[in-house]
Amino acid sequence: MLLIKCPWCGEREEIEFHYGGEAHIVRPEDPDALDDKQWADYLFATANTKGVFLERWVHESGCRRWFNAARNTTTNEILATYKMSEKPPAGAKK
Amino acid sequence: MTKYSIFSLLRNAMGYHQDWEKAWRSPAPKPNYDVIIIGGGGHGLATAYYLAKEHGITNVAVLEKGWIGGGNTGRNTTIIRSNYLWDESAAIYDKSLQLYEGLSQELNYNIMLSQRGVLNLAHNLSDLREIERRINANRLNGVDGEVLSVEQVKKMVPIINDSRATRYPILGASLQKRGGVARHDAIAWGYARAADGRGIDIIQNCEVTGINREGGKVTGVETTNGTINAPKVAIVVAGHTSMLAQMADIRLPIVSHPLQAMVTEPIKPIIDCVVMSNAVHVYVSQSDKGELVFGAGVDGHIGYSQRGGLHIVEGQTAAICELFPIFSRLRMMRQWGGIVDTCPDASPIIGKTPVEGLYINGGWGTGGFKGTPGSGWVLAHTIARDEPHPLNAPFNLDRFTTGALIDEHGAAAVAH
Repeated sequence: MLLIKCPWCGEREEIEFHYGGEAHIVRPEDPDALDDKQWADYLFATANTKGVFLERWVHESGCRRWFNAARNTTTNEILATYKMSEKPPAGAKK
Repeated sequence: MTKYSIFSLLRNAMGYHQDWEKAWRSPAPKPNYDVIIIGGGGHGLATAYYLAKEHGITNVAVLEKGWIGGGNTGRNTTIIRSNYLWDESAAIYDKSLQLYEGLSQELNYNIMLSQRGVLNLAHNLSDLREIERRINANRLNGVDGEVLSVEQVKKMVPIINDSRATRYPILGASLQKRGGVARHDAIAWGYARAADGRGIDIIQNCEVTGINREGGKVTGVETTNGTINAPKVAIVVAGHTSMLAQMADIRLPIVSHPLQAMVTEPIKPIIDCVVMSNAVHVYVSQSDKGELVFGAGVDGHIGYSQRGGLHIVEGQTAAICELFPIFSRLRMMRQWGGIVDTCPDASPIIGKTPVEGLYINGGWGTGGFKGTPGSGWVLAHTIARDEPHPLNAPFNLDRFTTGALIDEHGAAAVAH
């Protein structure tokens, strides 16, 4: 069980949270202009990083707010959590 | 390759079993091969075996970073079934089941296939409807299946809790009699021995660190044992498909999760079929040693740690105790995790890639073991002919662009 620090509520157990997958995926400005390949890339292709990964979580059973985390997917070490509006911490690349 | 038989057993008994021939060689890699298969799990070894047997291609190397069968082949709950909803899935999984049915004889290796029947329980009205629909679809596709009432379930599994007073009472089940379990290690060892017997090189402790290309074509791989060249390379690596594809600059729609399983202390025979429940989410069977083997769902987050969260174990054991109160005082003996590569539509990717000569077989999610023989059989065809077999053509990488997804989420008889 991970111990996750919600930026609003502090450290809570993983069961209070729900996972939201890769963070910082930008929705295309003009979806109509995309071809099928580009649209599929936006929808489905993922980094699936082994190592430090920027990901989204929602504190579902708490404040119900979304936030981002930088977590090492091999060791499960959470390097930082930060609000949706904030930039990822230095050193944690997408 | 010595044939295993009662006579070879007797002959070796005379020598106190000290003189058994090694089941496979451990050759040093040659500089050139016709085909390189990255990954020495069940799927990779099956691919190598069928390349030799069905297509006469024997100048093949199987590269394994650890030891063969040490990944997900040795970590699953060994359940085999083919009761999938969609035509494409039913076809490939039933091909696999048919190959399993003759595999012990074919490989001259006892894979301990036990077609003891697989039950999928229904706990609510939509489960019941889904089961009726799936069984009808299965029968239309020539896959055996029947719908059981609670009474029939209770007769088959007397220890099951059929009380109506539970939170999720059992309302019925689907049964595939041809489904069951097999010895997972024996699949890897049997295919390895048979492939080796046909001249294929199995190279263990050889990690691939790069995929070499020239002008959009594959030329070989970089490994911890040096460069090995081949015009055709197949990536068959459960748990690290994304990493390997990245070496060839391919981004896949695959997400990797930890999946756990566990076994109890061994007890006398108590359950003689496989019971799976979607709604309370657990599956159980009893091994020949007497241990109860439990499995359930993945951890929600991406993970490469080969260990899952204990809250998943808690949910799984709670489900077991609800279905089988008699198991509540059993002690758990081992618990472990593996990494499963899941696709958005819960179906695998088996076929060609944008790089010429590079093939991918991965994304089997939580249910790759049952697909092992069929997976190897179709991939061998794909590699030999450089075009997919009709069985794996729908499982191409392009389906995420065309939208022709094979959506087995919830349709595959288990929750994903």
